[in-house]
Amino acid sequence: MSEEKSDLIDVQINGEWHSFPKGTRMIEACRLAGFEVPHYCYHPKLTSPGNCRMCLVEMGMPPRPRPGEDPPEPDEDGHVPISWIPRPAIACANTIAPNMGIRTESEMTEECREGVMELLLANHPLDCPICDQAGECSLQEFSVEHGNGQSRFREQKVKKPKNVDIGPRIRLDDERCIMCSRCIRFMDEIADDPVLGFTDRGSHTTLTVHPGHELSNNYSLNTADICPVGALTSNDFRFQMRVWFMKETHTIDTNCATGCNVTVFSREDKIYRVIPRRNDDVNSDWMPDSHRLNIHWIDSEARLTDPLIRDEDGKNHRVANWAEALQRSAEALRDFDGGEIAVIASARMTNEELLITKRLVKQLNAGHVDVVPRVGEPDGYLISADRNPNTNGAKLVLGVEDPGASLDQIKDGIAQGRIKALICLQENLVDDAGFSAENLGKLDFLLTSYPLANPTAEAADIVLPGACWAEKSGTMINGTGRLQRLNKCIDGPGQTRESWEIVRDLIQALGGGNGIYSATELFAQLGDEVSEFEGITFGQIGDLGIPLIETDETIPLLEREAERKAQGLIVG
Amino acid sequence: MSDLKYIAGKEPHPRERRMIFKNVDREGWDQSIDTYEKDGGYEMLKKALKMEPGDITSEVKAGGLRGRGGAGFPTGVKWGFLPPNNEKPVYLICNADESEPGTFKDRYIIHQDPHQLIEGMVISCFAVNAKLAYIYIREEFPEGAAILEKAIEEAHAKGYLGKDILGTGFDLEIYVHRGAGAYICGEETGLIESLEGKRPYPRIKPPYFPAAMGLYLCPTIVNNVETLCHVKHIIELGGEEWAKIGKPNNTGTRLLCVSGDVQKPGYYEVEVGSLTMGELINDVCGGLKEGRKLLAVIPGGSSAKVLRGDETYQVGDDELTIWDIPMDFDTLAACGSMAGSGGVIVIDDSRSISWVLNNINAFYAHESCGQCTPCREGSLWMKKITDRVVAGKASPQDIDTLYGVAKNIDGRTICAFGEACSWPTESFVEKFKDELVADTKPELSDDILNPESELAAAGLG
Repeated sequence: MSEEKSDLIDVQINGEWHSFPKGTRMIEACRLAGFEVPHYCYHPKLTSPGNCRMCLVEMGMPPRPRPGEDPPEPDEDGHVPISWIPRPAIACANTIAPNMGIRTESEMTEECREGVMELLLANHPLDCPICDQAGECSLQEFSVEHGNGQSRFREQKVKKPKNVDIGPRIRLDDERCIMCSRCIRFMDEIADDPVLGFTDRGSHTTLTVHPGHELSNNYSLNTADICPVGALTSNDFRFQMRVWFMKETHTIDTNCATGCNVTVFSREDKIYRVIPRRNDDVNSDWMPDSHRLNIHWIDSEARLTDPLIRDEDGKNHRVANWAEALQRSAEALRDFDGGEIAVIASARMTNEELLITKRLVKQLNAGHVDVVPRVGEPDGYLISADRNPNTNGAKLVLGVEDPGASLDQIKDGIAQGRIKALICLQENLVDDAGFSAENLGKLDFLLTSYPLANPTAEAADIVLPGACWAEKSGTMINGTGRLQRLNKCIDGPGQTRESWEIVRDLIQALGGGNGIYSATELFAQLGDEVSEFEGITFGQIGDLGIPLIETDETIPLLEREAERKAQGLIVG
Repeated sequence: MSDLKYIAGKEPHPRERRMIFKNVDREGWDQSIDTYEKDGGYEMLKKALKMEPGDITSEVKAGGLRGRGGAGFPTGVKWGFLPPNNEKPVYLICNADESEPGTFKDRYIIHQDPHQLIEGMVISCFAVNAKLAYIYIREEFPEGAAILEKAIEEAHAKGYLGKDILGTGFDLEIYVHRGAGAYICGEETGLIESLEGKRPYPRIKPPYFPAAMGLYLCPTIVNNVETLCHVKHIIELGGEEWAKIGKPNNTGTRLLCVSGDVQKPGYYEVEVGSLTMGELINDVCGGLKEGRKLLAVIPGGSSAKVLRGDETYQVGDDELTIWDIPMDFDTLAACGSMAGSGGVIVIDDSRSISWVLNNINAFYAHESCGQCTPCREGSLWMKKITDRVVAGKASPQDIDTLYGVAKNIDGRTICAFGEACSWPTESFVEKFKDELVADTKPELSDDILNPESELAAAGLG
């Protein structure tokens, strides 16, 4: 206890004394004490150049006695009066010291902020209405809070390149750049691809890419996220929708087993963009471009919007309603022995969906169960080799020990006529699991649910429109064993339903009532059937998830950030 | 001194005391090591190498040598900041980026007496245990760089550099590094960044104090050319004896570079504080030009605050006119300016104050590195305002704005460039407001030069 105590330092912030661990940056100490210090260049995951000067605060230290003078007498708490320094200090890069005083609301501090705001705006275009950053621009926000309503600047502004093509996904407007250098540091320190830099000097300083290079790294869009102004914008998102019209949903990325935490921006059931959401145990503040941009199929023409039933002629499908489709499915399935039925589910399904799928398997007494594995090259940053988001859930909840191990047996079984019925949930067996249309054609009955039209559906007797990741809620277990929440962002098109609903209704049609009305009910039942979930409530998982099981997977980017944090280079 | 002969017309003034500039403009002198050795060169190195390194630092401290680059920080104290239990390599960098307008002393040392610098550097490196040293020379001195390269080669051949110097076991290499023409490279941490091959963005202090985390994050000492030369003379005389030159806390000689409106502008080496401004201008520099009056003096390079010619200054109990100010560190500071780099710029009444300030502002706007907001945006803004003042397109309110902008820079930047660019404006407006306002036109007070600001002013932006 005494050892812990000695690592704490007493700091006075706006008149109140607080204790923080040694090494805490002043800006973080202020934040913890409830005083947000405005800043542009500072980012806890990057080094602190201290260049924007927005975080200047009035600072004081214990008085230094002159030679012969007695040191000041400490009060009963051991604090001495603070000798305030007439020159402001940056709060971002400086760490706290014993008996330090910080004033974030004093006249000096406010004067500094107003002064820096005026200077930042001097050469910045004042055309907020046509800037895509408007509404989420730190320059706007701090100008309102700390700036002066009027400008004394009457000169011609510095002209710089606009609409600069610096890479496939990012566009640069140099006139909006406030030279905070966050993007440069991100590309250098996090992405290890230092293609950005400044040319020229003084007020003419211009952000650009190095000659012969482009900003094409798969993490390039993170620079638009951390750009405090409208200098770097996403080609995909810019001018598509004003930020204040959109709904923000906290959920997770499902493109790989990392399960990057994200915020999905949507309006009227259309997703406009996905940006990373900070989770220091998963994705830090970042995510790969390839994952966040994988959204445009969600509102594409290829979406399945209604249940389809193969026509009597056996060639085409016709639109049906859910009741008919499920009834037909149940009737068909009753004709088979369990050993003749295979169920292929997806490691993209939530734990809740997998739980109810397991019940379906039990009800049908299906002889074959598997999921489709997806394996790629890990990128050494955030992308896991496992491109399924919930392989751990498939193992733990559905009980598939070795994902994909039975797929060949199922194929053979179909070819040899031993397997006669197949239920395929949220997978496309032809494109993603090496099944041939010919093979599937041998089945007596094929039911498939999927968000998009696909060759497997082409071969199916019953096609059910399944909700995609953004259209459903539930939980998943990422590669490191962390239980995370997937939250519904939008309603799926047409008659789409979430997989848990589809499976529940199929069980019901088969004659097994279960009285389940929501995914959270399924979550509550997980604890009864899977010991790892025992005692965990849905609320407990929260926005950031909780560790659930031990795995040997680590996230390389996080490991490197931990090293930089240990070296004191970043706050972390 | 008397037995030294100087080139006709370039003889030192009798009020001078030539130590550093002993060989500048000397008859029969050249840059070769033979000439230097014949004159007793490298003897002080031999003496120093027999001393304990710590004792050299003690002598420098005892001498009270203050840095001659501009800040006037005590050199021995700076050396003392090296971490005591350091295990990393220590670097010494000679700052030869002489770029403060009005300053032209280091170039003469480099051009005419390069071995004095090298001897001073070897002694200093020995004192701080640096095995590798750099001379960072500004791009505009190509000849100086070549001279130094040659001098280093000569010193190598004679065993004053390289492995096992003079059999003492001390190794040292010195490299010349040429800058690319930027004022900010004279700022020591900007210089270090540049030397590392990066943009010369000054580092934040803390934590990047060069003595602890300098070049390649190793302990590094950065000293000015003239400062390093003084070390040799401190070894010669001993710190205590050397400290008798000049005044207490303002010891030694220093090189003053006088430019502007005097009869004989040039370089003069004097004991610090031995001359008043009046003696410097009238005796040494031959007085003002015919029929002119003193308007102002910038006493320590263009970034020093301007002193008004007809002002009086309260220094302690004394009231001094500008003519009475002794040219030392402390008195100039007490007068609200600084001794800086020793560049004394004399301005007479034939000059337009607006033009002078605009000239300075143009320099700093051009040289701001652009790293941090206040200086980046403020320096150009100030220049644009004074551009208009000079062009007769400014209003009296613009002078207030000008002052406000300077105040928004001062004390809020990463490096001292913030002060360097704002102090001229602050001091010129404080002392010459009437003159500046006289160049403005009240009827222009509603003039706005960019359409966006027009909208903003109308409350529509």
